[in-house]
Amino acid sequence: MKRIYMDHGATTPLREEVLDAMLPYLKEKYGNPSSLHSFGREARKALDEAREKVAAGLGVAPEEIVFTSGGTEANNLAIMGVVRGIAPIKNHIITSAVEHHAVLDTVKFLGQMGYEITILPVDEYGMVSPRQVEEAITDRTILVSIMTANNEIGTIMPFEEIGAVCREKGVYYHTDAVQAIGHIDFNLREQPVDLLSLSAHKFYGPKGVGALYVRKKTKLKQVFFGGGQERKLRPGTENLPGIVGLGRAMELAVADMPEKREKLIRLRDRLVEGLLQIEDVRLNGHPLQRLPGNVNVSVLYVEGESLLLGLDLKGIALSSGSACTSGSLDPSHVLMAIGLDHQTAQGSLRFTLGKDNTDEEIDYTVEAVRKTVDYLRAMSPVYRK
Amino acid sequence: MYNEKVMDHFQNPRNVGEMDNPCGVGEVGNMKCGDIMKIFIKVENNIIQDIKFLTFGCGAAIASSSALTEMVKGKTIEEALKITNKDVADELGGLPEAKMHCSNLAADALHKAIEDYKSKS
Ligand SMILES: Cc1ncc(COP(=O)(O)O)c(C=O)c1O
Ligand code: FES
Repeated sequence: MKRIYMDHGATTPLREEVLDAMLPYLKEKYGNPSSLHSFGREARKALDEAREKVAAGLGVAPEEIVFTSGGTEANNLAIMGVVRGIAPIKNHIITSAVEHHAVLDTVKFLGQMGYEITILPVDEYGMVSPRQVEEAITDRTILVSIMTANNEIGTIMPFEEIGAVCREKGVYYHTDAVQAIGHIDFNLREQPVDLLSLSAHKFYGPKGVGALYVRKKTKLKQVFFGGGQERKLRPGTENLPGIVGLGRAMELAVADMPEKREKLIRLRDRLVEGLLQIEDVRLNGHPLQRLPGNVNVSVLYVEGESLLLGLDLKGIALSSGSACTSGSLDPSHVLMAIGLDHQTAQGSLRFTLGKDNTDEEIDYTVEAVRKTVDYLRAMSPVYRK
Repeated sequence: MYNEKVMDHFQNPRNVGEMDNPCGVGEVGNMKCGDIMKIFIKVENNIIQDIKFLTFGCGAAIASSSALTEMVKGKTIEEALKITNKDVADELGGLPEAKMHCSNLAADALHKAIEDYKSKS
């Protein structure tokens, strides 16, 4: 059976060019970038080059990039690091109800530790307004962390306006851009962002590597201790093959962006159109301000996991809510935050398209969803014609 | 994540659908996940002659309902009441740990259907 991958929000395949760039560092170029000999120097050079590529992709200086083990660590470092840098002078952190758990749970943990926290609600599309942020900031606020684009419903936040509010108030602004890289233009010299998280495996790079952009002069301290790597902000021998892959993936993501964006928007809109023709299917997230490849729908009267299983049997891979949430029983916190009732949230599907999906795949998928939905509705006690 | 037997019940559910003039109906909701199951039974001479189910729930919930209906058909009321959640999970060749609670729905819905039948007769 032909398999169709529509779960690029969970992870993406590694691009051939990225693999090629990485291979030497998994084989003969195995030196430690901290070593002074030729092996080390060759590794150091690759590390520096990767840093330059990531910096160039964001429009910042190489010294402003800290490599991490991925998005989760970048988010933790941003929040905990700034808190360590500034507290106890100030003690208040602001975030939103729709953040990834790597942000939300970090902030909640700080709440348990006695910090003051504000978790801003979102509107029906999953948006936070700059106005809300402005009103929440106090003279004790250390940091505002609001994501660039949501991983479940694809809503793109007005992050530049939010950043501008923070800048005006003299508060740091962090944004989780894990889902945004390769879809949204960044030129952080112009945009009011102090900290930004990214993760290679969401844009055709390897898993387990990411970066945090830390604007110069930002008061950030390390959150774990060890050697002097990454200007001591992230000690530990670097994951060089991963970092080289991240650099290459970033370069390609930025270069391909205009073309890829256009294609993804076309495929996305075709998929939305097809799905909405099925009875009682609703689109979640913002109709326009959304990631090019993201489609999130609620299919009334059926439950998401059984839909997912049924579609998997037809070769289609996607998720119901975020992949990370599927281990728990509670419906997605994002869908609850946009005001869906429990049952509607239960019946949600997330399709995240990638650069290699085709029109034929979209059409096949719409038909497969229709059949699976019919099948499951026929056995649903909450659906009676 | 699910074994073949579970997937078979999911793909080819036995005894799915509504029943006309059932002798007993039981509906339960899973407090944990919000899933819902409804069981219909037809009883003659103390024997469950026919049984049907409707389920709004995960793969494990659908497979559990299907397996339960097969286990129950032709049994006496007393025998049917002895069926536990664990029996249903065992019949399916086991469920993932996180999905054990889903099999509870099936036995609970059956017990309710039997109660309903008893209260009417
Ligand atoms: C918005 C967002 N933030 C953070 C992460 C975590 O990234 P990683 O898997 O690299 O730790 C993800 C990935 O699921 C994400 O979608
Ligand atoms: S998760 Fe709800 S019944 Fe299985």
